[in-house]
Amino acid sequence: MLGLVNGSFYALLSLGLAIIFGLLGVVNFAHGAFYTLGSFAAAVGLSWLGIGYWPALILSPIAVGIVGIVAERLFLRHLYGLDPLYGLLLTFGLALIVEGTLFQQFGSSGLSYPVPQALRGAWNLGFMVLPIYRGWVIAASVAVCFTTWFLIERTSLGATLRAATENAPLLQAFGVNVPVIVAATYGTGVGLAAFAGVLSAPVIQVNPGMGQSLVIVVFAVVVIGGMGSILGSILSGLALGLIEGLTKVVYPEASNIVVFVIMVLVLILRPAGLFGKG
Amino acid sequence: MQRSAIVFYAACIAFALAVPLLGIYPVFMMQVLCFAMFACAFDLLLGFSGMLSFGHAAFFGAAAYGTGWLVTALKWGSFEAIVGGIVVAVLLGVVIGFLAIRRHGIYFAMITLALSQLVYFVCLEAPFTGGENGLQGVPRGNLLGLLSLNSDVTMYYFVLAVFLAVFLFIRRVVHSPFGQVLKAIRDNEPRATSLGYDINRYKLVAFILSAGLSGLAGSIKGLVLGFVTLSDVLQTTSGLVVLMALLGGTGTFFGPVIGAAVVITLQQYLSDEVGGWVTVIIGVIFVACVMSFRRGIVGEFEARIARRIG
Repeated sequence: MLGLVNGSFYALLSLGLAIIFGLLGVVNFAHGAFYTLGSFAAAVGLSWLGIGYWPALILSPIAVGIVGIVAERLFLRHLYGLDPLYGLLLTFGLALIVEGTLFQQFGSSGLSYPVPQALRGAWNLGFMVLPIYRGWVIAASVAVCFTTWFLIERTSLGATLRAATENAPLLQAFGVNVPVIVAATYGTGVGLAAFAGVLSAPVIQVNPGMGQSLVIVVFAVVVIGGMGSILGSILSGLALGLIEGLTKVVYPEASNIVVFVIMVLVLILRPAGLFGKG
Repeated sequence: MQRSAIVFYAACIAFALAVPLLGIYPVFMMQVLCFAMFACAFDLLLGFSGMLSFGHAAFFGAAAYGTGWLVTALKWGSFEAIVGGIVVAVLLGVVIGFLAIRRHGIYFAMITLALSQLVYFVCLEAPFTGGENGLQGVPRGNLLGLLSLNSDVTMYYFVLAVFLAVFLFIRRVVHSPFGQVLKAIRDNEPRATSLGYDINRYKLVAFILSAGLSGLAGSIKGLVLGFVTLSDVLQTTSGLVVLMALLGGTGTFFGPVIGAAVVITLQQYLSDEVGGWVTVIIGVIFVACVMSFRRGIVGEFEARIARRIG
């Protein structure tokens, strides 16, 4: 069950990465940093402004999304015609800036965030005891993931988005403002990361390094699942979290590396990734 | 080589030889040289073969651990231990390279990053790496029982000699027929394939070479400082070496050396002044590099000269 909690974070993050990559062709190295930023926005909002958990769940992703849109307009936008490696390097630099600043402001130990009143306690499911908050994290992130999937795959807005992925100049010729879509997409992807950050705030200590190691695991998840598919990234995120959780029970020492080991196996057996197109 | 280039390199070597006389702290210069070696080895991959590895710290750090362990636990001589460290890096390079070259571009970068994180966790958990403390008190020892490396000046000239050898070796490799094929693969992979080259073999060999040389740099750095820590295998170090190559100019031979000098100097001197803001400053340099001078310091310089002549 603990695994599924991690899995929901992986799913939210790899979903955001997949959306951004699909439209912008950029591997967003700053994804972990935006996740951290989302978490800090909630924690700081609570202690400085008294903004509670529920508003933070909405406000923090919006705020971080706006930061993302600004970053896209200022920097990323200029790199689209170039080798995608430059996008990776740029976002790596952005991650350093965000994480370094948070580290200077809050130190490495970070802040703690209380579990909201309504979600304290635990349910006894008979075969196990489930802390309510963890159940909520899983439910909320699965709901958000599938809503996003639905929006992209089944609505006209999503159709426009997918059209932009396929052929941006043509879409522009039809009178759609593609740059706005691109910026909004980056904001949404980053906002999803911030949403995961707020969800995770009560489970872990909010600290500047929290996104750094997470993003590498998410990269491995993305390599396993292939970035081409939205559903694939959600499912592989959840599945890998589950596997990681099981490993923690069976053989704790290996739980840190099991995702990477699976990545190695996938690379040997199916180099394009499980859901990938190449 | 052009005459101006010869003059430039001669001046550099003269400066490097004179460093101990100029009163520059030799340990600092040795660090610069080690990272310069590391960055050149890295750029053999990025600049001349078009592969961006985001996990090069794995080779650097693993070799440093290997050498450190051989020297402290098994009491090996320095030379043998350095060779041992290189062997560790090469073996790791074979495995990681074999896996990573199955994918291109950004996937390649992500795979190398993930695998280096795997190496990091192994270093964290393994019984012989000292966990969070790392390996402390690694002696410099002596070279084949002949030359004691304990004095900073002797060690400095040894490091300088190794650096020059590595630098010339990389030049030699790039200008060899093998290097030409690598560049062809970088510029147009399908065409290189259609010309009958086994591109995966070329890429793997380049990867292993780069890994081995990075290992050499790591081994020597471990001996210079006398300790090996987890930060040597951390992704931050991988990012740092990317920055060095990018800032100096990829594919320019001398660029990574300049990049390493600038970054290490910044790290050493700025950390006294501004403390933890160094990370932020390095991030800003990263962004500035990518946004406004993608050719790097040396690359921009060369382009400017070319424009003036042409």
